[in-house]
Amino acid sequence: MTGTFNDWVEWFPRLWDGYLISLQVAALSLIIGIPLGLIWAIGGQAKVRSIRWFCVILVELGRGGPVLILLQFLYFGLPTSGLTLSSLSASVAALAWSTGAYTSEIIRAGLNAVAVGQREASQTLGLSRADTLRIIVIPQGLRIALPPLLGFALLILQATSLCFTIALPEVISAANDIGSETFQYMSILSLTGLMYALICIPATLAVNYLERHLGKYD
Amino acid sequence: MDMLTVIQKLCAGLPWTIALTLASFIAGAILAIPLCALRSARNAHLSYLGATVILIVRSIPPIVWLFAVFFAIGQHVIRLSPFAAAVIGLSIITAANLAEIYRGALKAVPKGQSEASHVIGLSAWQRYRYVLAPQVLRISLPSASSYAIGLLKDTAIASAIGVADVALIANQLTQQTYQGLQIYAWAAVGYFSLSFLMAYVSRAVDSRIRMRIER
Repeated sequence: MTGTFNDWVEWFPRLWDGYLISLQVAALSLIIGIPLGLIWAIGGQAKVRSIRWFCVILVELGRGGPVLILLQFLYFGLPTSGLTLSSLSASVAALAWSTGAYTSEIIRAGLNAVAVGQREASQTLGLSRADTLRIIVIPQGLRIALPPLLGFALLILQATSLCFTIALPEVISAANDIGSETFQYMSILSLTGLMYALICIPATLAVNYLERHLGKYD
Repeated sequence: MDMLTVIQKLCAGLPWTIALTLASFIAGAILAIPLCALRSARNAHLSYLGATVILIVRSIPPIVWLFAVFFAIGQHVIRLSPFAAAVIGLSIITAANLAEIYRGALKAVPKGQSEASHVIGLSAWQRYRYVLAPQVLRISLPSASSYAIGLLKDTAIASAIGVADVALIANQLTQQTYQGLQIYAWAAVGYFSLSFLMAYVSRAVDSRIRMRIER
């Protein structure tokens, strides 16, 4: 047992460096992806057909294929067309796309859940369509969508583990390196799992709490 | 390499992708039953234990589960083929998610059904087997099938431990030919088509059951 503990202390700095990259990729993907999701959610309901189709197609492409394929498409596939991305930018681009696609559905559901009376009242007050969206619908809709969005953020943190397949030096690839050097797979993978769990378990409990106390609109 | 060769080669991975999805879904759906029973137990400790197991399984990324099963169990307990390891790993995750879906469905069955079974003198086993289970199955079908479609996409992760599925073949072809653009596009088409097919089948089954119930 002390052997395991000493190993963990020795490995931790390397894993931690990788974990920071995972967290960074997750944060960047969410910062870029959630606004994209908002834009696609609104664009998917636009009156102009071309805008609507454009948004729907981007969303369906992001949701339809596995994230792994999306990642490898951007990293291994795009160079064919002459555009080469670093593994970090390919990871962020793929995960941001995926975030945008999934969150656009979450946000759309949130926006639709805003009571119809709110829109009618803003019309009566003489607000334009854009102002109604900006001042009335979006703030309330996002509030409703907050718990599922946070839940999705945790899935994206877990999805960063896939970036290991495109040579991003994140936590799984650090764990894999240590595993192949020491053959202590059980031990290193337990430590890695623990590092994810230490963030995901409290966060899941917090999201559940939010869902019960804040999710309801009124 | 021309388009037809690419499609042909990728198709060789389809049986693995389909087999992975089916095997882990079926194993997960069965494992989820005792887990759901534990989670819905009347004893608070047991129910807490069930909730903890589900939370831990869902808090660790699938790839860590697959690596843990493949490398760690493969090293210490028994050598596993990549396919077997992937099925075990994915079915653990599926079981945790389906247990929550079953539990939601169990709550959605009207209370009168349980009470009526008591009144007509059914044993607990009979109550679950003949009254509750069929209804739970029906109610959980839509969520379970959308989970299955998500699982289809998660099976791509098995390529990381060397299962020769569509994702792995796409990766290898790209390394050989440097034509990643069209190869990955076709691989994505493969996953799209499978998920459309699954959505179609589940809708057909669902409406069939509905028709039989409502008649």
